[in-house]
Parts: sequence; structure tokens; C-alpha cells
Amino acid sequence: MDASALGTFLQYLINGLTLGAIYGLIAIGYTMVYGIIRMINFAHGEIYMIGAFVAVTTFSLLASLGVTAVPLALLLVLLVSIFFTAAYGWTVERIAYRPLRGAPKLAPLISAIGMSIFLQNYVMQTQGSRPKPLAPVMNGGITLWNGDGFTLSISYIQLFIILLTLVLMLGFTQLIGRTALGRAQRACEQDRTMAGLLGINVDRTISLTFVMGATLAAVAGVLVTMYYGVIDFYIGFLAGMKAFTAAVLGGIGSLPGAMLGGLLIGLIEAFFTGYISGAYKDVASFSVLIAVLVFRPTGLLGRPDIEKV
Amino acid sequence: MATVALPTRLKDAAIAAGLALVLAIPFIGLFTVSTDQGLVVNSRWSWVAWAVGLVFAGRLLLGAGRDALAARANRKNNEHIDLTNHHKNNRILRGIAIGFVVFIVPVFFLIYGGASGIQIILALVICLLIGFFLDILGGFVLPALKKVDRSSVGTRLTRAFMVAALLFAVTLPFMPYSDRYIIDLGTTVLIYILLGLGLNVTVGLAGLLDLGFVAFYAIGAYSFALLSKFFGLDFWVCLPLSGLIAAGFGVLLSLPILRLRGDYLAIVTLGFGEITRIVILNWQGLTGGPNGVSGIPRPGLFGLSFERRPPEGMVSFHEVTGIGFSGEHRLMFLYLIVLALVCLAAWVINRLRALPVGRAWEALREDEIACRSLGINPTASKVSAYAIGGMMGGFAGCFFAARQGFVSPESFGFIESALILAIVVLGGMGSQVGVVIAALFIVMLPELGREFADYRMIVFGLAMITIMVWRPGGLLSTRVPTVKLDQKGA
Repeated sequence: MDASALGTFLQYLINGLTLGAIYGLIAIGYTMVYGIIRMINFAHGEIYMIGAFVAVTTFSLLASLGVTAVPLALLLVLLVSIFFTAAYGWTVERIAYRPLRGAPKLAPLISAIGMSIFLQNYVMQTQGSRPKPLAPVMNGGITLWNGDGFTLSISYIQLFIILLTLVLMLGFTQLIGRTALGRAQRACEQDRTMAGLLGINVDRTISLTFVMGATLAAVAGVLVTMYYGVIDFYIGFLAGMKAFTAAVLGGIGSLPGAMLGGLLIGLIEAFFTGYISGAYKDVASFSVLIAVLVFRPTGLLGRPDIEKV
Repeated sequence: MATVALPTRLKDAAIAAGLALVLAIPFIGLFTVSTDQGLVVNSRWSWVAWAVGLVFAGRLLLGAGRDALAARANRKNNEHIDLTNHHKNNRILRGIAIGFVVFIVPVFFLIYGGASGIQIILALVICLLIGFFLDILGGFVLPALKKVDRSSVGTRLTRAFMVAALLFAVTLPFMPYSDRYIIDLGTTVLIYILLGLGLNVTVGLAGLLDLGFVAFYAIGAYSFALLSKFFGLDFWVCLPLSGLIAAGFGVLLSLPILRLRGDYLAIVTLGFGEITRIVILNWQGLTGGPNGVSGIPRPGLFGLSFERRPPEGMVSFHEVTGIGFSGEHRLMFLYLIVLALVCLAAWVINRLRALPVGRAWEALREDEIACRSLGINPTASKVSAYAIGGMMGGFAGCFFAARQGFVSPESFGFIESALILAIVVLGGMGSQVGVVIAALFIVMLPELGREFADYRMIVFGLAMITIMVWRPGGLLSTRVPTVKLDQKGA
């Protein structure tokens, strides 16, 4: 392999990691909700879209107020977006899923699809259907290697996305593994009735799970807004589907699985687009998913499901 | 349980209003507009005030209504302690009543359509009366023939509803109030009923979640489009072929997923739907990509064409019958074709339910391990469920292509799969009457609100949530067993 080919390979790797980090953040929301109440939260993609829209509004507002320092603006946007998106996540659970606890399995799924349709059209009506272009927030990058007619570079924004995702995922693993909330969450995942009998407020834990999922989705929304610079009310659907694929690929219900799945989907997309064709990149992701599920029916890191009679 | 005090309700409503305020600020209160200087933020605080006020009032009313209902139920419970049977009958009656109410929706819609309302209501009432009359008659005649009529009130009412609905459907295109628009809409409803019946086999009977059912619809449509484009085959040859091709894909899809369960199935089927759409979109040479395939021939009746100028080798319908040419004849003909398809599908599926394969589906839905230990082959059952369901989807697709004369990948997105699944679940899984009612609802609701075109999808999403919360098992949630043990011994 000559230097130029290696460079191209590394460039795709960087792009894939960035994309994978975003998918991973959204996938965690799917996987946690599935782990605790065994339902596919189809509206999660829309929650991420809401995060992105709040980010665009806040960025524009800050620009008109004259806040130009990038770190300050970024921090404010992240906080504001997390706050509002978490409120939406909480409300969605309260309205559409909590009344359906203990209902037949498909009822919450249909309710989630209804919620997804509602949120998409709500945002379209209130914010307009045209794409929202945002002036670049973070410019420039680091050139890692230059010569032989190609450059290998990583932009600041890519670096920021990868680092922030790493920090969040580490923090999150600690949160689930070490804190009382994490313990309650894992207990509810294993046996909700028993957890309730032992004095854990199950409803509150489930609500907080949705809030946590929405928090990560909001961060993903902010990052995507900065990365692509343009969003519309439809982005939630595709991203949601990819993230859901990632969660299943890694083994739904498993946190490290969601991160791994997200990275894999991001990498597959980047390499497939780079080396073969952009048009069929989703076919590639789904084919890999199907192939993995044929050999490991519960995903890469999922626990095998023991069926009891 | 005592009625909750007003201050509690007020506090509750205030919390809801506070939440509404938070939710409304970033979307209703603020919005961005694209200008030359980039995005500019505008505000509309009065809307926020309205939203918050509405939520406050709505929450208060909802709470009050709930209190009133609880108080009534409380009184009732004290009065009749043990009337379980009575309650069961009530539930069935209520289910039918709901079905009836939803069935009324098209009437309102027809009035909107400009037809004379009294005529329509009369037609509907007569249909229902005839249905009930036939049912009562059956109640007298059947016992005489078969000694005992074992069917319960619920099934008798369901049957009456079916008869009434069928009568209404068959006579619809010949009624004086039927215009182009109504027949066209009726055709759309029937296509969705056909799709719902197909998906009902996989999801409702066999219990296999399928989020990519639209793939079979697309495969059926493109089978016809391409077979007619490249080989010049006509609709009646392609209809069975499309069904078979779609069934073949159903078998293909079912193979990798035999070991998967529940939600893993969901994503794989969703992936299958997306793969189909993407391949159609990008395989320019075969499918024409985003431009689709046009010029699909219209179906004829035994060599009679419904066009003004029939294609070569065909005679036109209006010349043979001597009835003056009218574009509506073609629409009526299409409507009757799909109606016949729906009836055939419903009948075949009903018969299949009584066969070993159909019973195996339902047994599989209830308990896979028990099935296996009783010697039922789960592989064969799953494969056949996907094949039969896919075949119905293929028929619907073939008909869709014939009706539109044009197919493009746009018609086969994920939202279609979601709507078809919603029809099955909203109707009550496994219930064919439920599919009919839910299909009417899903197709009619967005049409009804055409004056509020902008907001109709918002209302649609909300309605889906509301129905699920209100009746989690679907509108007709009584699961009717195919085989019932007679208590006195068969």
C-alpha cells in the first residue's frame, strides 16, 4: 500500500469515526429505553431532530445578541439544547408511553410512530419546511500529513465531536455503573416488579432514562448542526433509523454494544461511500446487520436471550 | 374513591401549563427565518400564551371528566357486584358501536364531498338494517339447519356488520352521489384494506412483527410495471405473477430471520424494506430510478378496453355495450376489481385459519416452545406466513400500478409500512373487521381535514396516540379463537 492510498484510508477512518460517534450517541437512547421497558422508541430520532433545531435557534439568538466567543457560545448552546430536549423526552414518555405500560407489545410501538409523525409535522409547521443553513461555528483544522499530492486532515469540529463523545461515553458508563441512579436503572432493567417492591420508584427511573437518552440525543443534535451546517425537520428519521440499526447491531439493551454498533455503522458508511458508492451505503449497513444477526441473533455484545417456558 | 379536590386539579393543571410553557418556547415562541444575513430569530409570544392556556384548560377538563367517570364507575360497582357476563356483552356491544361510529366517518366525508347527505345516510342505514335483518334471519334459519347456532352475540353482530359493509361497498359506485372523487377514494381505502389483510397474516395471526411490509407492495407494483414494459404482459397475467414474485421474496426474507425474535425481527424487516426502496431508486437501468416507470397498461375486461381509443387488438367497452363513453366507467371497473380482490383475500385467509397451517400460525403467536414440543414445524409456519402475507402485498402492489399507470420509489417509503402496521394494530390484531375499520380511519382522517391541510398530519399523529392510549388492544380487541372446546363435550 503506498502512502497516498494509506492517507485516503486514514481520511475515511476519521470521517467514519466522526459519523459513528454521532450515531453512537443516539443509539444509546434507543438501547437504554429498550433495556428498561422493552420497547422501540421510534420517536427518538425526532428527539434528536428537536435538539438540532433548538441548537440552530440558540446559535442564531446568541449571534444576534453578540456572543461571539466560541467556547462560551458552544457551552450555552449545549446547555439550552439539553434542557429543552430533555423536557421533550420526558413529555413524550409521559404522554405516549406511560399510559401503555402493561399493554400489548405493539401498542407502544404504534403510539411511538404516531408521536414521531406528530413531532415531525409540529416542527415543520412551527419552524418551516425549508432547510436551515447555519453559518459555520468552528473553522479550520489540523493538517496531519501533507505531501505526495494529498493531505490528511482532521477539522477542529471532527476532533471536538470525537473527544466530546468519548468524554460523554466514559461519564455515562460511570453514571450507570457507579451511581444510585444507575443502580436503580439496572435493577429496573432486570425485574421491574421486584425493583418496585424494594423501594425503587420505577416510574421515576423510567422517566429519567428517557431524559438521559434525550440528553445524549440533544448533544448529537448540536454536533450535527455544527458538523453539516444545515438541518431540516426530516433529519430525525434517517438518523434515528441508522442509530436504531447501530443499537441492534451491537446488541440492543447493551450500552457498550450501542457505542460499538454506532462506530461500526459510521465506519461502514464512510468506507463504502469512499471506496464503492454512496448510493448503496445504507444497503451495505443493513446487509452487515442481517449477516451479523444470522450468526449472532442477539447482536455483537447482546446477552443471549434464554427462553423460559 | 372520593372525588379529587379542586385545588389538586388546579395544581395539576398548573404543572401541565408550566411544562407546556417550557416546551412551547423554543418552537412556538421562537422561530428562525433564513435571510441574506443568515438566520434571524423571530418571536410570536401570543401563540405561546394560547398554547399554555389551552393546555391548562384541557388538563383541568380532562381531570374533571376523569373524576366524574370514576365516581360513576364507583357507584355502579357498588350496585352490581357480580355481573361479569353482562359486562362482557357490554364490551362487545361497545366494540361494535365504536366500529359503527367509525364507519359513519365516510358519511360525513361524503357530505363534505358535496353529495346530498340524506341520500347517503339513508343508503348506509338501509345497508345496516339489511345486515341486521339478515343476521336475525340467520339466527332463525341456521339453528333449524344445524340444530344449534353456537355463535355468540359478538360474532353475530360482527357478521351483520360485515354484510352491511359489503353491501355498502358493492353498491357504492352505482349510487347517484358517487362521483370520480368518491370512487377513487374508495379504491384507495380498499387497497389499504388489502394491504392490511396481508400484513394481518404475518403480524396478527403469526405474531411476526414486520416493519418493512411496503417492500412486498413495491415488488408487486414493479413486477407488473416491468413485466408489461419489457414483455408486454397485461394486467390479468401479471396479477398472479406479481403475487408469486412477492411471495418468493417473502420466503427469501424469512430465511435469515428464522432464529430472530421480537424486536430483532423489526429491524431486519425494516432493513429489508429500505434495501428494496434503495435498490429500486438506484438501479436506473431496470427501474428508471427516481423517475419511475410510466405508461403501465390499464386492465381490460375480457379484451374490452376502458379507454376512449382502445389499444390495438382490443375493443373498447363503450362501443360494445353501447353505453356512452365515460371516464368514470374505468374508475368503477378498477374499484370493483380491487373490491373483488379484497373479498377473495378475506375469504382465503379465513379459510386458511381453519387449516392446519393457519392454526399453526396462531399457535406460534401464542407460544413457540409449546408449538415445537407439539410437533409443529415453526420454520414452515413462519415461511408460509411471510409468503402468504407477501403475496397479498404483491397483489395490492400490482393493482396499485395498474390504477396509477405510473410507479416511482416515492410511493414506497417507510411511512407506508408504518401506516399499514397502524391499520393492523389500530383495528385490533388478527381481526379482519378491525382492518376494515382502521383502514377507513387511516385513509379518511387526512382527507377529512383537507381544509386544515397544514395541520392534518399533526392531528393524525395525535389521533394514533390517543386511540392507542384509549384502547391499547385496538378498536376491536376481542381475540376470537379459531377452535373452541365445547364445555359439554363436542
